[in-house]
Amino acid sequence: MASLSSSPPTGFSVSNFFTVSVLVGTLSTAVRFAVPYLLAALGETIGQRSGVLNLGVDGVMLLGGFGAYYAVLETDSHLFGIAVGLAVGLFMGVVYACVTVFLDAEQGISGIGIFLFGLGFSDLLFQELVGTPLPIRPLPRLDQLSAVGAWFEPLVDIDVIGPLLFDHDLLTYLAFALVPAAWWLLTKTTFGMNIRAVGENPQAADSLGVSVARTRFIAILIGNAMAGLAGAALALQLAIFQHNLTNGIGFIAVALVYFGAWRPRWVMAGALLYGIVTATRIRWQSLGIIPQGASDVAAMAPALITILALVLLARRVRGPAALTRPFSRH
Amino acid sequence: MKTKNLFKLLGALFALILVASACGSSADDLASDAVEEATGGDSEEAMDDEAMADHTGLTVALVAPSASDDVAFTQSMVDSLERLGVEPQVTDGTFVVEEAAAAIRGYAEDGADVVIAHGTQYGGSLAEIAPDFPETSFIWGTATDTQGLSNVFAYNPAADQGGFVNGVIAGSLAGGGSIGVVGPVEAGDAVAYVNGFSAGVESVGGSTSVVYTGSFGDVALATTTAQAHVDNGVQGLTGSSQAMVGAANIATANDLPWFGTQSNTEPWSADLTVASQVYHWDVVLSQMFEMIEAGTLGGEAFELTLENGGLVMEFNDGFALDPEIRAAADEAVAGIIAGDIATN
Amino acid sequence: MKRLAGASVPLLAALVAFFFGALMIVALGESPISGLTSMIDGAFGTGDRVAATAVRAVPLLLVGVGITVAFRANVINIGGEGQIIAGALLSTVVALAIPDTPKVILLPLVILGGLIGGAIWGAIPGVLKAYASVNEILSTIMLNIVAVQLMNYLLRGPMIDPIEVNGSRIPQTARLSDNAALPTLIDGTRLHLGVPLAVVAAIFIYIVLWRTPMGFRLRAVGHNPDAARAAGISVERNIVKALAISGALSGLAGVTLVFGSESLRLVTDGGSAGFTGSAGFNGIVAALFGGLHPLWTVPSSFLFGSLLTGATELQRELQIPNALAIALNGLIVLFVVSSNKVRSWLDRRLDRSMFSDSPDPTKNMGGESELVAADGVQRE
Repeated sequence: MASLSSSPPTGFSVSNFFTVSVLVGTLSTAVRFAVPYLLAALGETIGQRSGVLNLGVDGVMLLGGFGAYYAVLETDSHLFGIAVGLAVGLFMGVVYACVTVFLDAEQGISGIGIFLFGLGFSDLLFQELVGTPLPIRPLPRLDQLSAVGAWFEPLVDIDVIGPLLFDHDLLTYLAFALVPAAWWLLTKTTFGMNIRAVGENPQAADSLGVSVARTRFIAILIGNAMAGLAGAALALQLAIFQHNLTNGIGFIAVALVYFGAWRPRWVMAGALLYGIVTATRIRWQSLGIIPQGASDVAAMAPALITILALVLLARRVRGPAALTRPFSRH
Repeated sequence: MKTKNLFKLLGALFALILVASACGSSADDLASDAVEEATGGDSEEAMDDEAMADHTGLTVALVAPSASDDVAFTQSMVDSLERLGVEPQVTDGTFVVEEAAAAIRGYAEDGADVVIAHGTQYGGSLAEIAPDFPETSFIWGTATDTQGLSNVFAYNPAADQGGFVNGVIAGSLAGGGSIGVVGPVEAGDAVAYVNGFSAGVESVGGSTSVVYTGSFGDVALATTTAQAHVDNGVQGLTGSSQAMVGAANIATANDLPWFGTQSNTEPWSADLTVASQVYHWDVVLSQMFEMIEAGTLGGEAFELTLENGGLVMEFNDGFALDPEIRAAADEAVAGIIAGDIATN
Repeated sequence: MKRLAGASVPLLAALVAFFFGALMIVALGESPISGLTSMIDGAFGTGDRVAATAVRAVPLLLVGVGITVAFRANVINIGGEGQIIAGALLSTVVALAIPDTPKVILLPLVILGGLIGGAIWGAIPGVLKAYASVNEILSTIMLNIVAVQLMNYLLRGPMIDPIEVNGSRIPQTARLSDNAALPTLIDGTRLHLGVPLAVVAAIFIYIVLWRTPMGFRLRAVGHNPDAARAAGISVERNIVKALAISGALSGLAGVTLVFGSESLRLVTDGGSAGFTGSAGFNGIVAALFGGLHPLWTVPSSFLFGSLLTGATELQRELQIPNALAIALNGLIVLFVVSSNKVRSWLDRRLDRSMFSDSPDPTKNMGGESELVAADGVQRE
C-alpha cells in the first residue's frame, strides 16, 4: 500500500503560494498562532527582568486555560472566561511569588514543580468536571462581534490588508497592544525602573530604599497573570480544552524571552517568527509543496530556525545579572 | 514572617482544592449527558439487538493510551464494552509504553481473565508478557496478527472502508472540489482511514489535500492545519484522533461539513457532522469473549468491517443530507460489503 | 543531630504535599489510606515490584546525575528529553547495524553509542552558549523539539520495522538483537544491568567532580567564571564539557529505556513523553531531592521512582486518574524546594556558625549556597 502523496487542491500549484492572498492568509494565521506565545513570553520577560526565572509558565497556562474554558462552558461569556484565566494566573503568581521571594526556592526547580502541578491538576479538573472535550463558542473575530461587528465587515473585505489587520479576535489585538505597554512599563515608569534595578543589582536597589521583595512579588504576579491570560487565549481560540493542551508552548515562550534579549519588541519578533515558520510549513504541506514524507523534518523547522536566527543575530546581550539569584539582606 | 507566608501558601492551595471538589458534584450531569450523546442515542437501536450473551463472568481489564472520554480511539472501546454489559477495570492515559506494560502485567498478575491492550504500540511489550501468563487472554489492537502467541487475540478496523464511504459523501457534497484531511501520525488506522477517504473522494471526481501533523494530541497544530486547508478553499474537512477537536471546530466556524471516525463525533460539530465511521469493537469482542469462555484464549486476528457490523456508518440526523448522496453512500457500503469496490 | 534535622525537613515537606494529595483523593471519592497503601504496595509490594521500581529509577538517576554536573558548572540543562532520545537513536542504529555481534562486544558498543549520541545532543547547546552566546535554556528547549521530530522521522521511515511497512505502520523498529539486551540480573524480575550501571555512573561522576582536576575546573567555572578565567581555565571549553557529560548520561538513560524494555524496540507515539516517561524533567527533580549531589541522587531517584510506580498502581487499583499522580509530583517538588529556607533556618538554630568548612553534601539543597555572585558577595 503505497503512501498517498498529498495532492494539492484543484486549482492550486506551487507558484500560487506566492500570490498575495495566500501570503496574507498565512501571515494572518501566523499572527493568531503567535498570540499565546507572545502573551506568555511578555509576562515572563517582566518577571525575568526583575531577576526571577519561571519555568512553570506552561503549567500556569494550562490552569488558566482550563479555568477560562470551564467558565465559558458554564456561562457562555468570553469576558468572564478571560477574567477567570487572569485570576487563576494571579493566584498561581501569588503561590510562585511566595515560594520564590519569601522562601528563596531554587527557581529552575520550583518552576518545574509548578509545571507538573499545572499539567496534572488541569487534566484532573477537566476529567472530573467536564470529561468529554466539548467545544465552546470560539472567540469572535472583529466582524463577528454582536455590537459593532457590522462596522468592521467592510474593513475586513479590503484587499490584502483587510484580513491581515482586521480579521482577528480581541485577545490578538490585546496581545500585540501589550508589547508597547510592556516596553513603556519597563522603561518609562518608576516601577519599571525598580524592576530593572532589582534584576541587575538588588543590593544597590535595596540600599537605595527599593523593596526588592515587593518589586519582585509584583513582577511575578504580572508575569503569571499574563501566563494565565495566555492559556485563556489558547483555550478560547481553539474553543476546546484537553489534556496537555499547551503541548510545550510555555517552555517555548520562556525560550523566546532569551531570544528577544529581554526586550518586548524582540520577544514579539521571536513569537512572530515562530508563528510564521509554523504557519508556512503547514500551508506548504497543505498545498503539497512539502511532501508527506518530510512532515517531521518540516516540524523541526520552527525550532531550528529560531536557534539559527539567534546565532546569526549574534547579539552579546547580557541578561539581568541577578536572574535566578535569590536576594537576602544578611 | 516567613512561616506566615508558608501558611498562607498552604491555605490558598487548600482552598483551591476545596473549591474544586465542591464544583465537582454539580457538573457530573453535564459530563454524563455528553457521553450519552457521543454514543449516538438513536443509532443504538439500529444495532442488532440479538441476544448478547452475558459476559459478566469474565474479569476484564483495559489499558489504553488516551483518555476514556476522548470522543475518539479510547472512548470507542469503552463504549463498546458498555454495550456488551462489561464493566472493565480501566487504566487510561498510559501513553508511556513501559507504564502500560506494567499495568498490563499488573492486571494479569491480579488474575484478570482478559486484558485488553488497546494500543498498537503495546504490541512489543505484549510479546514478552503474554507467555508469562498462559491462563490469561490478551486482546490487542489495532493490529493484524497475534505474533504467533496462543493467548493473544488481535483486532483491526478496516478503517479504509468507512473512510471510503465518508469520502464518497464528502466528494459528492463538494461537487468536484477538494476536501481537507488532517491526519495525526502516519500510522495505524489513521493512515488506513486517510487512504480510504482519499480513494472515496476521488471515485466521485474530487480531490483531497492531506497533511499529517505528526502528533496525536496537538490540538493547536490540528487547528492550524484545518485553517490552512480552509484558506486553500476546501469544501469539507475530516480527521482522525483525539486532537481533531480543533479541526472540527474550524469546520464549524466555516460552515463546512465534517466527517468523523473512530467514535461518533457529533459532540464536536453537532450541526455539521455529516457522518461518522464508528468502531463497534463489541462485534468482534463478543466473538472473542465466547471463545475465551469456551477455553480458547487466543490465536486469531479479527477485523472490523462494514460487513460484520464492526464498522457502522452513523449519519447525523441534524445534518440535512441530500437523499441522492445518501443513496450513493448506501450503495458504496453495499459495494464494499459485496467486495466489488477496492477501498485502498 | 543537625543532619537528621536537615534531612527531616524535606521529608516533612513531602508529607505536607501528600496531605494535599490525600485531599484530592478524598475529593474523588476514594479513601486516602487505601490510596497510600496501594501506592506503597505498587512500589514495594513484591520483590518483582521493588525491582521494577529500581528499573524505573534508572533514567531518573542518570538524568539527575547529569543535572548535578551541569549545575556545578552553573549551566541549566533542560534538554534531558532530547538527549535521552538522541542517545536512544544512536544506540539503536548500532544495534540494527551489527545485530549478530556477540553480546560481549555489542552491548558495550551500544552503550557507547548512547553515550556519544547524548553527548552530541548536549554539546550542541554547550557550543552555542560558549561561542555564540545562545542561552542554553533556549537551545535545549528547541533541541528537545528537534529530537522528537528526528525520532518520528527515523521510526516512520529509514528505521521502521520492515514488517510494519505493509502492516499496521506502527512507528517502531524491528525487535532489536538479543545480544544487545541488558541482561537480567535476578531471574523472574525485571532487574537489569542498567541499575548497577547507573549507580556506578553516579559514583564515577562523584569521583570526577571532586577528585579530579577536570572536575575541579568544572566547579571553578561554575563558582566564579571570572576568577576561573583569570586562573587560566577555559570557561568555554568547560561549559561544553559539562553539557556534553550531562547529555551523555541522559543518552545512557535512553539506552536503558530501549534495551531494558519489555519489547526491545524503539517505538514512538509522536511525542517525547511516551518514550521517556518525562525522565528529562523528573530527573531534574530527582537531582534536587538529592541535594544536587551525585551520590545522594541515588536514593532520591529510587524514592522518586517509587512514587511513579506507586502512582501506576494507584490508578490501576482505585481508578484514580494518572493526572492526580502528576499533580502530586508537582506539589511534592514545590513543597520540598520551598522547604530549603526552613532547613537553613533550622541549621542556623542548631549550629550557631554560619559557615561550614567540610564539604557536607546535605547542605547544598538549593545549590546556591556555593554560588558567588558576580559582585563578589557570598550568598548564604
